[in-house]
Amino acid sequence: MIALRDVTKTFGARVAVDHVSLALEPGTTRILLGSSGSGKSTILRLVLGLLPPDTGEVLVDGVVVSRDTRRDALRRIGYVVQEGALYPHMTAAENATLAARAEGWAPARMAMRLAALAELVGLERSLLDHYPAELSGGQRQRTGLMRALMLDPPVLLLDEPLGALDPISRAELQTHLLRVFRELRKSVLLVTHDVREAFVFGSTITLLNEGRVVQEGTFADLAKRPADPYVAEFLRAQTPPAAMTAAL
Amino acid sequence: MAWRHRRLGALLVAAVATLAGAARGGATPVRVGSKSFTESYLIAEIVARIAAQVGEAPVERRFGLGGTGIVYGALASGEIDIYPEYTGTISRAILNDPSVTDVPALRARMRPRGLVISEPLGFANTYALAVRRDTAVRLGLRRISDLERHPGLTAAFDPGFLDRDDGWPGLQRHYGLRLAAVRGMEHALTYPALISGRTDVIDVFSTDGQLARADLVVLADDQRFFPDYAAVLLARASVADRLPRTWTALQQRLGGRIDEVTMARLNAAVELDRRTFAQVAAAFLGEREAADAGSARRRLGRDLVTLTVEHLVLVGASLAVAIAVGLPLGLFAARHRFLGQIELMGIGVLQTVPALALLAFMIPLFGIGRVPALVALCLYALLPIARNTYAGVSSLDRQLLDMAAVMRLNGRQRLAWIELPLAAVTIMAGIKTAAVLTVGTATLAAFIGGGGYGTLIVTGLALNDVPTILAGAVPAALMALAIHLGFEALDRLVVPRPLRGSPGRAR
Repeated sequence: MIALRDVTKTFGARVAVDHVSLALEPGTTRILLGSSGSGKSTILRLVLGLLPPDTGEVLVDGVVVSRDTRRDALRRIGYVVQEGALYPHMTAAENATLAARAEGWAPARMAMRLAALAELVGLERSLLDHYPAELSGGQRQRTGLMRALMLDPPVLLLDEPLGALDPISRAELQTHLLRVFRELRKSVLLVTHDVREAFVFGSTITLLNEGRVVQEGTFADLAKRPADPYVAEFLRAQTPPAAMTAAL
Repeated sequence: MAWRHRRLGALLVAAVATLAGAARGGATPVRVGSKSFTESYLIAEIVARIAAQVGEAPVERRFGLGGTGIVYGALASGEIDIYPEYTGTISRAILNDPSVTDVPALRARMRPRGLVISEPLGFANTYALAVRRDTAVRLGLRRISDLERHPGLTAAFDPGFLDRDDGWPGLQRHYGLRLAAVRGMEHALTYPALISGRTDVIDVFSTDGQLARADLVVLADDQRFFPDYAAVLLARASVADRLPRTWTALQQRLGGRIDEVTMARLNAAVELDRRTFAQVAAAFLGEREAADAGSARRRLGRDLVTLTVEHLVLVGASLAVAIAVGLPLGLFAARHRFLGQIELMGIGVLQTVPALALLAFMIPLFGIGRVPALVALCLYALLPIARNTYAGVSSLDRQLLDMAAVMRLNGRQRLAWIELPLAAVTIMAGIKTAAVLTVGTATLAAFIGGGGYGTLIVTGLALNDVPTILAGAVPAALMALAIHLGFEALDRLVVPRPLRGSPGRAR
């Protein structure tokens, strides 16, 4: 579905992505886990064709992403970012239907799709004509998700989709996201720094550090057989104290 | 985008051509021009009335065309047919050859340019020195060289006279004069200073209206220092050919008929008695002028409506074109950073050209009247619009633009749906600045016959008549205010609701 072959990307002297290869199989979820600056967001931007790789190739459905092929590749990808990146001058509905309007969909078709998506992501219909500034963080994120799903792309790229949310909204949206991924059988590449999120969403986790892949595998693989002292350190840093878990 | 720029360029050219066409046409009139000071207006009005009496061609008045550069440019490019000029100005400012002084020599030099010079009208408007009569009697002053014997006298001179080589510095050298104190003073203030005895000698123009009223003595230029500024009519040769009866009548009725004292009296009637040019000219020609005060006031009222419409057309049309051109230029600058910087610098340089100079540059290209004024105003309004469009579009959130690419918006959709609405506040601010600026700058259009409120300001300046200046300046200020308020209202239509007020809040 999506593959990176030995991709390197530098910004000036800083190597953001360092000889990374990875693949996303249809219908699966892969987590890109790492602290900030590990290169995980850059990988998404490379897949979207927003940045060209210095060396190596990014493939979407077997086609190398370039300036010329980017538009085709993007037809099959939905993209959600932290805090939504919604257009402040458009209502939730206008934001969500943007890609369909660009395609020239009929209004009736858009309205139907919009209603179905609102139901799917759990956004009240009455909020659709609100502007982003009038929505809560969770509502904005749901709108962003609707926007990404509008044309029903087989692939979803999510960059810290829960990052800016309070714990309760986060837990709610997490449930909705899981439902979307599973029911719609999307191929998902999800970027997070949160080990618990990685555990909840991921079948396969790719742990990145300073642009390099440190270890790839299930959560159990990473926890039980860390390939590197960094893996153990990263997991341990986010483990709640035993006494706290016990008290809960 | 390239074809779109071209299309806009073609539109601009077409619009200008249409306006230029509309400004011409009709029966070939005789177009009388003048500079923007009392004497020039008066002689031009007298010329216009004589031409109208002869009736060979309809008369068009294009008065108040700034200084020599503008009015001569208009004559040379065929925008006007005739205007009053001075021999000294022809040799110094037009031919750039001070050695040519007599009228036959000037005629020989102007003929290749297709221009003719009339018989001198009789008066010369030259620099002169004046003293109070009691001073003259007490000290026996009749000639400038008499001043040599009285180094204790003080003088107040116009700053121009103090500076120019044909003013005080040259005069002092020529006559070997020394005075106790020489001060610079605005010309309008030198007469009161002299009359009240605060100074002894002032510089005057030999036809100043005040000379006719105050009890002053003009000292003779006995060593012939001041260049001769004899008044003549400067006209296109085609006028003499096409309208021989008019040309002959002008020479017969004006040649040698107006001496300094008469001219000073006519100037005084306008400047000191506040009579109109038309009234004074009619009286001079022995015509009956049935203009009572009531009808004059009514005419001012109607004038104000006409001038308001003219001013609005100037502002509206130039602003519309400036938006149509400035917006794409700003977008271009935002898209092509390097070329864009060069482009914005170019527009910036345009802005540093003084407005009057820019208007003068337009004359060889577009003649005089509304068209060159519109083009100059457009060029002036361009910078705030282009720069704000550039600033607004190039400072948009990177992530929001990336998202537009991910949504697969094409160039047109990205511009219309994302970039322009998000930058609308900044772009509108630029347009507002341009609009208010243009209302002010448009008052200068009158200097090249472009009409509008400036007509009153130019006339008022010529007459040193503050109420007339205010009659133009106050409506212009009110219009600027009204336009500002109008654009505030337009903001509500153009700027998306969540972006109004505090733009930082909506994210």
